[in-house]
Amino acid sequence: MKPLNYVFAILLAASMVLAGCSNDKNEGSESSGGSKGGTTKLVFWTFNELHQKFFEKMADNWNKAHADQQIQLEATTFPYEDTHSKLLVALQSGTGAPDLADIEISKIGNFLKGEPQLVPLNDIVEPEIGNLVKSRLDNYAKDGKYYGIDYHVGAEVIYYNKEILDQAGVNPDDIRTWDDFEKAGKQVLEKTGKPMTTLETTDQWSYWPLVAQHGSDFLDKDGNVTMNDAVNVEVLTYLQNLVKEKVAVVAPGGGHHAEEYYGFMNQGGAAAVWMPMWYMGRFTDYMPDLKGKIIIRPTPVFKDGDMRSSGMGGTGTVITNQTKNQELAKKFLEYAKISKEGNIEIWRDLGFDPIRTDVWGDAAMKEANKFTDYFGTQIFEDLLKLKDEIAPVNIKERTPAASDVVKTKVVFSIFNDLKDVKTVLDDAVKSIP
Amino acid sequence: MKEGPKQAGAAKQLFYSQRVAPYVFVLPFILSFLIFFAYPVVSTILMSFQEVLPGQTRFIGFDNYERLWNDSFFTALKNNTRYTIWTLLILIPLPLVLAVFLNSKAMRWSGFFRSALFIPTLTSVVVAGTIFRLIFGQTDLAVMNMLRHAFGFETINWLADSTTGMFVLVVLATWRYAGINLIYFLSGLQTIPQDLYESAEIDGANRWNRFWRITVPLLKPVTIYVITISIYGGYAMFTESYMLWSGNHSPNDIGLTMLGYIYRSGIEKNELGFGSSIGLTLLAIMLVINIIQLKFFGLFKKEED
Repeated sequence: MKPLNYVFAILLAASMVLAGCSNDKNEGSESSGGSKGGTTKLVFWTFNELHQKFFEKMADNWNKAHADQQIQLEATTFPYEDTHSKLLVALQSGTGAPDLADIEISKIGNFLKGEPQLVPLNDIVEPEIGNLVKSRLDNYAKDGKYYGIDYHVGAEVIYYNKEILDQAGVNPDDIRTWDDFEKAGKQVLEKTGKPMTTLETTDQWSYWPLVAQHGSDFLDKDGNVTMNDAVNVEVLTYLQNLVKEKVAVVAPGGGHHAEEYYGFMNQGGAAAVWMPMWYMGRFTDYMPDLKGKIIIRPTPVFKDGDMRSSGMGGTGTVITNQTKNQELAKKFLEYAKISKEGNIEIWRDLGFDPIRTDVWGDAAMKEANKFTDYFGTQIFEDLLKLKDEIAPVNIKERTPAASDVVKTKVVFSIFNDLKDVKTVLDDAVKSIP
Repeated sequence: MKEGPKQAGAAKQLFYSQRVAPYVFVLPFILSFLIFFAYPVVSTILMSFQEVLPGQTRFIGFDNYERLWNDSFFTALKNNTRYTIWTLLILIPLPLVLAVFLNSKAMRWSGFFRSALFIPTLTSVVVAGTIFRLIFGQTDLAVMNMLRHAFGFETINWLADSTTGMFVLVVLATWRYAGINLIYFLSGLQTIPQDLYESAEIDGANRWNRFWRITVPLLKPVTIYVITISIYGGYAMFTESYMLWSGNHSPNDIGLTMLGYIYRSGIEKNELGFGSSIGLTLLAIMLVINIIQLKFFGLFKKEED
């Protein structure tokens, strides 16, 4: 009996060890070690699969052009919160971080606290700084060091469902101010029974752009909270009024990135929605039935002289200080997002307005692609007219906290519960540390 | 005990000696206790007085504790407290009564019912939470909304309101944990000798009296145990809420739990110092509640019989 027990014990121990081994291989995408025979593995984390596809394509293009410095890109898309939490923990603890990662603009503040564990990118940014939109670089900078390269300028526009507007007899080019918008909305409601627009209750894109174009922001340029000032109150009061008049409804699913919203809008649920340029990709990919029916215009203004657009959203790609291939990662990042080819590709594949201004007039931007097929061919020309009317925003250390309080308390209380605007804003400001 | 080995003995002698052996056997446990329990707890206590940032950890005294006095903390505490109270009100009497039924000789197929009621406890909380989120969805096609339509009520957004949200959480908890409490009570019931019931019946006690005067008092140890773990479970609830609201960002914090608040502050916002202070406060609150509860039931009194 005794030898038999021995045999079983050893078999059990061996199988446990082997089980441990096989887990290790699939586990963890920690930053790579050296290269084997000219190919270096670079690990990239993001929260948007469109970004992942873009980077994979850029890696392929890089490999074709650089036979001696091949890159094997290992990209993963995690859910939005998880990407940032995982990255934070990895950077705080000193192990497990990827080589490159996407950090969204509402989260970058968390990563710049203390000593940023990211590689400064000044040596690839400064040579081209005259050609890049500076506000986009400043959003991801601290103490004169640039840490992240954005995908786009994020110019805010308004998307109209031309079919519904025609049914109601509304001409979108007549809508110049928000008062015009409200009047048109009542007409649409009367003639078609549909709401003019939807408002997000769990995200910030119905609220922030209007504040920015009207001359204010959540934070001032020193990072102090200004969320309860007169402009903010005016914007939210206006929007709450639209809800009370039923010209605007709460977005199904809570936001313009919810499954329920895509279905609702796709079936002609509302006549308009204002979102940044980068939202075009959501139309083409998730609301295919609206192809050819959506037109893009500058957003209305509160008063003449206000800017008709603002730079909204953004995702900066950073290089972590745990990478073992800093030079290669920098060169790859420069190729993908700072170079002319990279920026043209950003337009072609992602439909984003790239941060490199000398590319905006390039012939390549007028070529047919899936966005021109959907929206028409003059998208970029229309965008160029807004070039000097894109209001920047202040992205500071308190932005994550401010963004959070907007997403969880402010817009929900004001659009869903119809609470008093000033009270809600004052409470919100108190809860931002 | 024999005296230790001779001085000239090899290390092997020392290792196998009867005096050292007990320490060798407890060493693995002691080590894992120190490394995975004691060290993190001490570390948490330290961090709660610090601001922890990469490369810049510094002591800030009681600042983190002062910050605790905010809406989100009180909402989370209220949510957990309400949840705990409801689960105590429902998940103690209901399984107790069910156990008494299942235990009675007149019950057919008791084995089947026992298993059927216990299976939900074996499901993954993540899967259960996701399915419940879909059942209680906000669209017209969600199962519970269709049920409302059958009774002539209109669609509601179950998870947008604090009351209905708590209702969903409690339904989920009942579905999931009735089974296991049932098993605890059943095993407690089976230690009660049948003669007690027989002699009570002879003395003229009816079913009601038998239940209240024999069953409930004799189940006291089991009941106290179930209450203690339910209080702990109520305050430690995290996954159910996380799955129902897809994260810790429910509108107006209606679904925010204490653990959710710790995770949000400590990990999502990288404020490990603040998160630690919330954790310690939660520990203190739970300790106080449980000590009060145990004293109330007389667990600290010396054995009388």
